[in-house]
Amino acid sequence: MSNLFVKDKQLVLPGEIVAEGMDYLPAYGIFRDNDQLVASKVGLVSIDNRLIKLIPLTGTYTPKVNDTVIGRIVNVGFSGWTVDFGFSNLAQLPVRDATHEFVDRRSDLTQYFDFDDLIVTKISNMSKGNLVDLTMKSPGLFKLSKEKGRLVDITPSKVPRVIGKQGSMISMIKRLTNCKLSVGQNGKIWIEGENEELAIKAIELIEKESHLPGLTEKIEKLLGGNDVLHKKE
Amino acid sequence: MSYTKRNDGRKFDQIREIEAKVGIIKSADGSAMFKIGKTIAIAAVHGPRDLYPKFMQNPRKGILRCNYNMMSFSVDERIRPGPSRRSKEISLVTENALLPALSLEQFPNAVVDVFIEIQQADAGTRCAGICAASMALADAGIPMKDLVCAISVGRVGGKILVDLDKFEEDYEEGSTDMPVAMLPRKDEISLLQIDGHIKPEEIEEALELAKKSCKKILEIQRNALKEKYEKEYGQDE
Amino acid sequence: MNNISREYLISILKKGKRVDSRQLDELRNVEISYDVSEHAEGAARVKLGNTEVVAGVKLEVGTPFPDSPDEGVIIVGVETLPLSNPDFESGPPNAESIELARVVDRAIRESHAIDLKKLCIEKKEKVWMILIDIYSINDQGNLQDAAALAALAALKKAKMPSFDGEKVNYKEKKGSLPMNELPVECTNIKVHDKILSDPILDEQIWLDARLTVATTDKGEVCAMQKGGSGTLTINDVKEMIKISLKNGKILRGKLK
Repeated sequence: MSNLFVKDKQLVLPGEIVAEGMDYLPAYGIFRDNDQLVASKVGLVSIDNRLIKLIPLTGTYTPKVNDTVIGRIVNVGFSGWTVDFGFSNLAQLPVRDATHEFVDRRSDLTQYFDFDDLIVTKISNMSKGNLVDLTMKSPGLFKLSKEKGRLVDITPSKVPRVIGKQGSMISMIKRLTNCKLSVGQNGKIWIEGENEELAIKAIELIEKESHLPGLTEKIEKLLGGNDVLHKKE
Repeated sequence: MSYTKRNDGRKFDQIREIEAKVGIIKSADGSAMFKIGKTIAIAAVHGPRDLYPKFMQNPRKGILRCNYNMMSFSVDERIRPGPSRRSKEISLVTENALLPALSLEQFPNAVVDVFIEIQQADAGTRCAGICAASMALADAGIPMKDLVCAISVGRVGGKILVDLDKFEEDYEEGSTDMPVAMLPRKDEISLLQIDGHIKPEEIEEALELAKKSCKKILEIQRNALKEKYEKEYGQDE
Repeated sequence: MNNISREYLISILKKGKRVDSRQLDELRNVEISYDVSEHAEGAARVKLGNTEVVAGVKLEVGTPFPDSPDEGVIIVGVETLPLSNPDFESGPPNAESIELARVVDRAIRESHAIDLKKLCIEKKEKVWMILIDIYSINDQGNLQDAAALAALAALKKAKMPSFDGEKVNYKEKKGSLPMNELPVECTNIKVHDKILSDPILDEQIWLDARLTVATTDKGEVCAMQKGGSGTLTINDVKEMIKISLKNGKILRGKLK
């Protein structure tokens, strides 16, 4: 009847047959070819009852509506801006979604966002043709400083680990390095503050060892053990 | 006309020693090296990314662009740098060998660029290039229906054999070279060419040999990919 | 997407730090491996930090240039492969790659690194031609210095094929190239008012000006090239030459 050939969280490769039979349903990263369910990317297979999906381990980011991403303004037009967030297509930030202020039709849009500005923005809409619309009209979205701070890249699939359960990991990094951190689902992280190198080291450690046990303790140790606040007391 | 023993002592159904590594070029979205005998191919993938000129864009799906090139010193007689008619043809057949394995509908208007460089050549370069490119595409996270394996088969001195080296390609008493690429899950052929002449029933025999060899190559490609990702994600159990 | 803004780079340089924690005049880690391509008469791979290039030397017999009838010929080519950097385009070498190649060429030629007279087979008729081709494999900044070092490494280990008067026999190798010098290139960039050695990509994109200086074992300058659309003061040049002599010694040491 139906057969499952892999275990939950097993590493699978493109073309690998993960299951056979009509009882299993393919979700993200898994497709059906007649009787077989096949993996389409390098990833960890995730089995939830009858649903088989893939947690991709390779770099490409798949944008989803409501994702927060960090992007760069690459063009300033008449009715909005074009943004590069590392996806195969550039995204659009229309004027009406850029700010709560009223924007005069004749005003110079560069006073809001200029070429090369970095923004923490949100995907508001996506079409089938991969056209992506962005918005800045949501809490927690803003333009990043031009003079301070830097961007680092991580594999998009590691982003949840950097954020941690209910934001616990990212809060700890912020506290112990005295830095502001913004994380985009597209694998871009903005770091600005006192001890940026240390924050980068922590992120690199997460990228390397996110699958191993005791990560939280390792990061805490790396960042100097005791909470900076406690030390001040 | 008899080739009773292979020049390097291999059996007729034996492929040369293979070394494969994934993720060798950090600037690329995906990359891999595939070495078979003395032939070394490296491949890098950039994409999916925006495609210019715009007229080349396909609004229904992404396109694949392959560029095959041999380093000038990869062969005994130096090759003048730059594309040649041969390298342009190989770029095209490589594209057609890889396309059936890719699902590019998710990237309309975008392009996936694959660059293949041959660092050292001892025959079988286009096949080595395809094997490297296939791993690089998987490394880049391009959605694929299958990996792609390629190997040359042929008839040398009357004998059907696999993985011709330069000596066999140049064999004076008759050599027919047949590069083959396959999608191993369903044994589908995506590259097939012949340089020489051969009987139809010999082709069948050669294709069966190619199929068997591709399965061996598949294992090596899978191990190379696993080696990179298991190290990063600790899946050794 | 570049990761650092110009303003940010300048601000951390003011504190005397670099993005990757190096000193301003410090080189990245250097790794050289040889014999990376069998059919070449000499081939080498150089890794300068994460920047990686491969160079190969092929020898052919040809006619000398009319103005140097008893000298061998050197031709240097560089291909900045799209494989090494997503921003590189396919196509014939652009002006930047040609500049890179010509500077490497001049360093070798003007330092008399190779005794070209010893490459003469028959005056006015036949000389050895040394064809050096350099390919970028991974561009993480400063392809110039990596390329120059790889070319030298390939030349140093090259073995000359034999020539019977009619044809070159590549299977029969005899002896090394007649080399006198090891001209090493060092590139420094100027960002705002700071001088940085061996720039990584994140620094290189913000350069105002760049100076590549080739130096010999004897401490002489045998090639120099200013790049970038900004300017350098005389003091900048003096400083950069000083640094190039120091770093050149380090790079040359890796070749031995």
